[in-house]
Amino acid sequence: MDNATVVARVSESFPRAVVATSEFRGDLSIVLRPEALVNVARFLRDEPGLQYDFLENLCGVDYLGRDPRFEVVYHLISFTSRHRICLKVGLPAQNPTVASLTDLWPTANWQERETYDMFGIIFSGHPSLDRILMPDDWEGHPLRKDVPLGYEEVAFTINQEQIDAHKPYAKE
Amino acid sequence: MGIEQKAGDMGIVTTSLETVVNWSRSNAMWPLLFGLACCAIEMMGAQSANYDLSRFGMEINRASPRQADLMIVAGRVSRKMAPVVRRLYDQMSEPKWVIAMGDCAACGGIFNNYAIVQGVDEVVPVDVYVAGCPPRPEALIDGIVQLHEKVARMKLNGEIREPIKV
Repeated sequence: MDNATVVARVSESFPRAVVATSEFRGDLSIVLRPEALVNVARFLRDEPGLQYDFLENLCGVDYLGRDPRFEVVYHLISFTSRHRICLKVGLPAQNPTVASLTDLWPTANWQERETYDMFGIIFSGHPSLDRILMPDDWEGHPLRKDVPLGYEEVAFTINQEQIDAHKPYAKE
Repeated sequence: MGIEQKAGDMGIVTTSLETVVNWSRSNAMWPLLFGLACCAIEMMGAQSANYDLSRFGMEINRASPRQADLMIVAGRVSRKMAPVVRRLYDQMSEPKWVIAMGDCAACGGIFNNYAIVQGVDEVVPVDVYVAGCPPRPEALIDGIVQLHEKVARMKLNGEIREPIKV
């Protein structure tokens, strides 16, 4: 199995799905249109000769200032042909939504929840898209690049009293 | 030399009730068995043979908050863990004390971000803060001895006397 064969077979079966492909040190990345993701993933999993049967991981990326702003990255492994590829879908800043892959790989369940929790990317068709790491009442999505890094001002002797004044100390 | 030599052969020792209560409280102060992060390793080190915390009557960690007197918050508290820590504190029976062990428990330490509570005193009232990242076992033991001295200053109504300054 080599990268050119994979690209050729995917673009042959889905002529409009592939946006771009790239290769870095022998590792193949395919950028897909979001609406084609599920069909391409199912094709890659089930097609004899490809059989990418293991979703290694998936995660979100926030490219603030770029269009499309968000990206979801999927890494697939084929145990039969000992080959690994990477799928990417770009999502817009407003209402980023992509179809869930939980029907194809159950392991996508928690990882999609984490991506939703951290980036606010909606996975349509997910069985229970709740927060998984942050508390349920948390507002916002902390790994977005427009969320401030620090939580509390750093205390020095000059501002210690101001910080103390509004710090929510616990009662007995 | 035991107490019977000092007390003569009358078999009676006189003292104040406050002293006896505080003596018994501070010399068998059982910590709650839980560690949140890397500071817990130093806490275990303080309890094992080299540092031997049982010299101060604290060798037994209780796995149930009902039987514990002291909560050693050893490590950073995440915002998701904070309600659990508070619940454990609420389940402990009075009188109870809290030591914030390490920089993270005291003020958030190096983790100034969305995930970590900036000091466990936002969740439970803290009696003694132990600095260090992580504190060495000697530092933890010193914090515990400071707490013992604080308990020894307690009045029966719960107020704490100011320490005597020399």
